[in-house]
Amino acid sequence: MMNPLIPLFVAVPLAGAFLIMILGRFIKHFDRVAASLVLLFLVIISLHAIVSSGGSTSVYKVGGWEAVNKIPIGIYMVMDGFSVIVLCIVNLIGLLSVIYSISYISRYTSENFFYSLFCLMVAGMNGVVLSGDLFNIFVFLEISAISSYALVAFGVEKDELEATFKYQVLGGVASFLILFGIGFIYWKTKTLNIADVRTVFSTGYDRNYYLLVQILLLSGFGLKAAIIPFHAWLPDAHSSAPSPISAMLSGVLIKAIGIYVIIRLFFNMFAISEGMAVLITTLGTLSMFIGVFLAVGQWDIKRLLAYHSISQMGYVVLSAGIGMILISREIRYEVAALAIAGSIFHLINHAAFKSLLFLNAGAIEYSTGTRDLKEMGGLSKTMPVTSGTSFVASLSISGIPPFNGFFSKLIIIIAAVMARFYLLAALAALVSIITLASFLKFQRYAFYNQDPDRKKTKGKEVPFPMLFSMIILGMICLLLSLLVIPGIREMILTPATDILMDPSRYTSQITGT
Amino acid sequence: MKGMTVVVKKTTQLIAGLVFLYGIYIIIHGHLTPGGGFAGGVILAGSFILLILAYGSDFLHLVREEAGTTLYENLAILVVLVLALSGLLLGTHVFFLNWAPKGVAGELISAGLLPLYNIFIGIEVAASILSIFLALVIFKEEITK
Repeated sequence: MMNPLIPLFVAVPLAGAFLIMILGRFIKHFDRVAASLVLLFLVIISLHAIVSSGGSTSVYKVGGWEAVNKIPIGIYMVMDGFSVIVLCIVNLIGLLSVIYSISYISRYTSENFFYSLFCLMVAGMNGVVLSGDLFNIFVFLEISAISSYALVAFGVEKDELEATFKYQVLGGVASFLILFGIGFIYWKTKTLNIADVRTVFSTGYDRNYYLLVQILLLSGFGLKAAIIPFHAWLPDAHSSAPSPISAMLSGVLIKAIGIYVIIRLFFNMFAISEGMAVLITTLGTLSMFIGVFLAVGQWDIKRLLAYHSISQMGYVVLSAGIGMILISREIRYEVAALAIAGSIFHLINHAAFKSLLFLNAGAIEYSTGTRDLKEMGGLSKTMPVTSGTSFVASLSISGIPPFNGFFSKLIIIIAAVMARFYLLAALAALVSIITLASFLKFQRYAFYNQDPDRKKTKGKEVPFPMLFSMIILGMICLLLSLLVIPGIREMILTPATDILMDPSRYTSQITGT
Repeated sequence: MKGMTVVVKKTTQLIAGLVFLYGIYIIIHGHLTPGGGFAGGVILAGSFILLILAYGSDFLHLVREEAGTTLYENLAILVVLVLALSGLLLGTHVFFLNWAPKGVAGELISAGLLPLYNIFIGIEVAASILSIFLALVIFKEEITK
């Protein structure tokens, strides 16, 4: 008996999206209620999955197609320690963004379309995370990418259309590269199942061909994840979208369809080679380092946050890369495990604090009508909750204890030092300090600075649903620190690390050999 | 959008019905011959688009038509999803399970649920392509106004 909850992660948000388009026309406020209920259901089942699975891998064979001669022929959905974590953050951030949208999106027309596209985007991300074969990853990736193109343009102003156009062109290039890479894999291996591809490749392959496929997939998913040479679309798209969508894009979309797939494919499908590992580490370091310098000079809050997303994703990629280098050299597996755990931990943490920061930025924009830091000031008096939660998030992202960002950055830096990459450790610490500087600027100009000769600051506190989401996310930022406590870490982070460290286990659990 | 000359209108009248029938043929033989829901749906939408191009859109209530196609699109895809979910409730309880009797291979009514999937995917694709076309027409009319 296969776990019947697994297909529901995709089917329920899809059904929600289509029902909203049908019934939303006739019933007032059906859209927001239905979307919230769908996301609430998804949060409940994903939390249930993370508690009940206990790190075991469960495979769902769609349509009941069993393997023939041990070759998987059907579509496999795989829920393991790593995907269950990403599912949790996708759906949790999704729920809070929907609750936030109830007030925020009521200023726009065509709310039906918003909630429907939102559900589609969540369905796509859940699908990518759960999918066990390459082509389904591509299909679900397109579902979520296309709905995010539409959502970025939701305001239909000049900036938004320009941003979404850029996003679409680069997203199209990315999809093309990914499809090309998948096609090459299918050509050589005659299979699309991730575990089966690994088995086929392990019997021998042409080195150059393998490298070509790896480069194609890395650049395709790197474009989706906005790692630095591929980052051009991100600041525009993430800053022009409506704020709850920015929170989704920065908080989970670039992880679920970018970083998650890169980590999954390069750990569980390809044999790790030192060359690729060094390349990935270099890309991560570049993103981390250049991203933060691009962010420091920004005066538009959402652009500043968008550039910080690039920088923080750099930490995740860098740390995963260190793990890959150690595994490829076949030395010091415990340090590699630490680096990968740090990477996954930072991925979770970034989802929490970056979406909180984008929701804060949205609240400021909602109430003052501007995104320019120079035009704000003194908001801590008029918007105490926004100010407080954004303070929490700023401290988290800059890595100040006891907030979650501190612990994940600490783990990453410790792992880098233990792996004897002293330069990378120093850079990670330096970038963290520059991040702190950048967020001090954000705090000061937005909330505390007050020109004496300027007229009284406008703006009042935002409505309750928006406050609710921000407060919950602020609490999550604190609570996620608990993941470093040994008992909880072993329950949540260790299964994810194990499945990535040991690809043969992933393969054997799927093909059942 | 204005209509075209009487020659075009008359030819379209003759052809559109055939195109429509051909689309239906492709859809219902989806499990037997190449093609299926998607290809047939595109052909169905093509017959409508042909008529609109020949006769012009002046006599159409574009916005109302577009609302109609969107409604059909969502209903059809919802039915596909319900069919997929029905596998969770019947048979061995697997998502997308083809639980219906398979019949004799090669006959029109066979292959369990596949013809149903094809039919509803055909409606879905036809309606969505038509709504894209109508949306473009509406957009153009708004610009020219």
